Amino acid sequence: MNMKLNNKGEKKKRNLSCGGESDRSILRLSYGVVFLFFCLMLYMWYFLTVQREDVINNPYNARLDKFSERVERGPLVCGDGTVLARTETDGEGREVRVYPYGSLFDHVAGYSARGKTGLESLANFYLLSSHINPMSQAVAELSGRKNPGDSVVTTLDRELQQAAWDALGDRKGAVVVMEPDTGKLLAVVSKPGFDPNRIEEDWEELVAGEDGQARLLNRAFQGLYPPGSVFKIVMALEYIREHPDDYSRFQFDCDGYFEWGDYRIQCYHGSAHGSQDLSQAFANSCNGAFASMGLEMDLESLERTASQLMFSGGQPLSLPLPYSQSRFDMKAGADEWEILQTAIGQGTTQMTPIHNAVITCAIANRGVVMTPFLIDHVENRAGDMVKTFEPQEWGRLMTEEEADILKTLMMRVVTEGTGSALRTENYTAAGKTGSAQFDTGKESHAWFTGFAPGENPELVVTVVVEEGGSGGRAAAPVARSIFDVYFSR
Amino acid sequence: MVKLITDVSKYLLIWLAAMYTFWSFRYFNVGDEKRERICRRRLPHLLFLLHFLACGVLFLNTGDWKLPVLYGVQAVFLLCYMSLYGRLYRNRSEILVNNMCMLLCVGFIILARLSFDKAVRQFVIIVFSAAVTMLVPFIMDHTWQLGKIPWLYGFLGLGLLCLVHVSGNTSYGAQLSLTVAGVSVQPSEFVKISFVFFTAAMFYRSTDRRQVFITSAVAALHVLLLVMSKDLGSGLIFFITYVFMIFAATSRWSYLGLGIFSGGLASAAAWTMFSHVRVRVMAWKNPWADIDNRGYQIAQSLFAIGTGGWFGLGLCQGMPGRIPVVEKDFVFAAVSEEMGALFAFCVLLICLGCFLQFMMIACEMQALFYKLIALGLGTMYIVQVFLTAGGATKFIPSTGVTLPLVSYGGSSVLSTFVLFSVMQGLHILKRNQEEEDEYETE
Repeated sequence: MNMKLNNKGEKKKRNLSCGGESDRSILRLSYGVVFLFFCLMLYMWYFLTVQREDVINNPYNARLDKFSERVERGPLVCGDGTVLARTETDGEGREVRVYPYGSLFDHVAGYSARGKTGLESLANFYLLSSHINPMSQAVAELSGRKNPGDSVVTTLDRELQQAAWDALGDRKGAVVVMEPDTGKLLAVVSKPGFDPNRIEEDWEELVAGEDGQARLLNRAFQGLYPPGSVFKIVMALEYIREHPDDYSRFQFDCDGYFEWGDYRIQCYHGSAHGSQDLSQAFANSCNGAFASMGLEMDLESLERTASQLMFSGGQPLSLPLPYSQSRFDMKAGADEWEILQTAIGQGTTQMTPIHNAVITCAIANRGVVMTPFLIDHVENRAGDMVKTFEPQEWGRLMTEEEADILKTLMMRVVTEGTGSALRTENYTAAGKTGSAQFDTGKESHAWFTGFAPGENPELVVTVVVEEGGSGGRAAAPVARSIFDVYFSR
Repeated sequence: MVKLITDVSKYLLIWLAAMYTFWSFRYFNVGDEKRERICRRRLPHLLFLLHFLACGVLFLNTGDWKLPVLYGVQAVFLLCYMSLYGRLYRNRSEILVNNMCMLLCVGFIILARLSFDKAVRQFVIIVFSAAVTMLVPFIMDHTWQLGKIPWLYGFLGLGLLCLVHVSGNTSYGAQLSLTVAGVSVQPSEFVKISFVFFTAAMFYRSTDRRQVFITSAVAALHVLLLVMSKDLGSGLIFFITYVFMIFAATSRWSYLGLGIFSGGLASAAAWTMFSHVRVRVMAWKNPWADIDNRGYQIAQSLFAIGTGGWFGLGLCQGMPGRIPVVEKDFVFAAVSEEMGALFAFCVLLICLGCFLQFMMIACEMQALFYKLIALGLGTMYIVQVFLTAGGATKFIPSTGVTLPLVSYGGSSVLSTFVLFSVMQGLHILKRNQEEEDEYETE
């Protein structure tokens, strides 16, 4: 078609060669217009070949549902062949989406009735595209049969998902398991959950949410919790940045609480830690030490560090599922009570488990965050590769040196401090515990985020147990059982 | 079975449109009369075949018996229009008549798909416009004073725009229309024509500095009135047309540069003054950030074009109704969704073909007045096509203008008919002149 255009152009030139000055101007303007249209078409070509898939694979695009009239929704599977979801046709010819593992993969696999969530939403376009050979496609269309949709192979690991699910038990909370060097999400658990096979039957009850359970909420991505002592990772990083040469000379005498004017900050259960350097204060999660550290800090710099670590105000992380934005509100000039509270992860700061896992990944991966992803590759029903997703670097959160210092601090949490539940001869784990108070008279939320092996991290685990009590006693054992499964293979 | 027919015919429709586009461009390039006649015959055949096939698919999908009736009336109308034009004006530009009918035909199809009632209303207006504008070439051939009355055009245009600004109806944040005897009209569509006539007549008198200054001031007043009514799309079209005309009239690069410079200034001013403009630009930069509100329309348009892909979903297989004001500003997206991006490319190329035809007429004309009219009207036309297609594809921010002859809208179609008829008038004028010359030399 563009050739035709050129022909046309040449012809015009012939016609106009005898014209006057204004004809030459008209010719120039015409060329300009033709060039603009050429750009427009080039752009459309680019849109349709390069951007198309990313644009139309959007939950807002209702047109994708039309695809299901011609394509049977493909299965969701794990790398080992475990089927998370598949479409079956019942006796009356109706299509039913079946989830063989019931509520094990509830939030992360999602559902495909009453809207779509989880992987069912994320991978919707691929599940509804068919890449079997064109001949069988034509035959299927002619005979009125549907084409089989492609299989979406997730990064999830059934054994780890099961381990996390079992370890959390009946308690509310969330677990995220990731590979720090690739960004692969290996397990995502959120409790309480639901049975995706019964979504239609249970719908009214699920959305009514009268029991206050919020069963449809994916707590791993959308649950906002006060970070408690887990926030000491951010504080430690900021302290190291402000004192690059003498952070090891930090010194604090802890007698169970820290008093500043009328204010009083207590250590967990009032335990007195005695003389603490940075490493000890971090390992023992000494509130007094970090509260006093907070008072000396450059708050503007702390805010910068927080936003660099993707709290509100920073560049948002690109995550495969809908998530809540973690909050850090303290500005320069905050009053002392706010500083004391914020320094120990209380106050108005809130974060999601996935965010915590991503920061831990950065520490485990020498400062660099890999973009978390859930789809490993897409293959057609015959098993031929259609599309693969490679690990992608998202960016650097801290220098290699800073990451290494934090890594050492986190290893000592396990060897000497609150993370004793992870002490084992089979592997060296590292991490940070947290016990976040959120309501007087209620047990605190228990946090653990960490990785193993300490020397060369392969796995990052983040756990939050709602009203679980102490992080070391409630959350760390959950992580332990996941690491145990992983390292016993 | 219906699905199969829809599927097969979607490829056939693209093939027909591509063949039409090919032959309509080929037409310029053939030398001898015999082959030219072959081209000339082929185009209406392709056009009627395409119209028949598309309406057949629509009927099969909807089962609405009113559709074949509408189809019959439309086909008869196209046939009558083509042959009547040929009878009345031996020297008409046949390719322009064909292209015009082809674009009308695409409009018939997509409007019948979107809303039967609107398709009927639009068709009635098209018949009326066709009948009225049939006279335009005759008038032009018999009137010598057209280039002598610039101020009549100027005051007419300004007056109409003032009237809209004072008592216009507001829709989508812009004052566009007047209600006259129960009929809503958009005067800016007709001011397009008077504006081009005004500018051409002014430059026809003289292109010295004083004249250029006065003309520029009046042109700026036009644009300013449009901008004040928040009809920014039209404002932009007027502005570009004026810059093109002044460049062609004076052939001075400094005027072109000055035009582009002041355009940049005006855009910056519009950005700071109108939240309306900022909203559109933000929606263009990142529609996904605010997909529920500001980005909704453009996101839906991109979904439509993207999901349709190169070959389209097939007529009645998509959801063009999800795009707000799809039958006007976003008709291009609807065509692309259901008939395919390749079909939409053909539509663009046909529009571009019309423009190139206009430019050829401009070059052929001897008098500067006629030259400038051809250039001005051609620019008005093609800029509008570019703005609507570029807006629907997120190539440029959406400006809310229609695709001439295809979109729904009475004033737009009537003024486009006038525009094409004036071009025909110029073409006929020229050919008649040539014939007289030949006669004299013999």
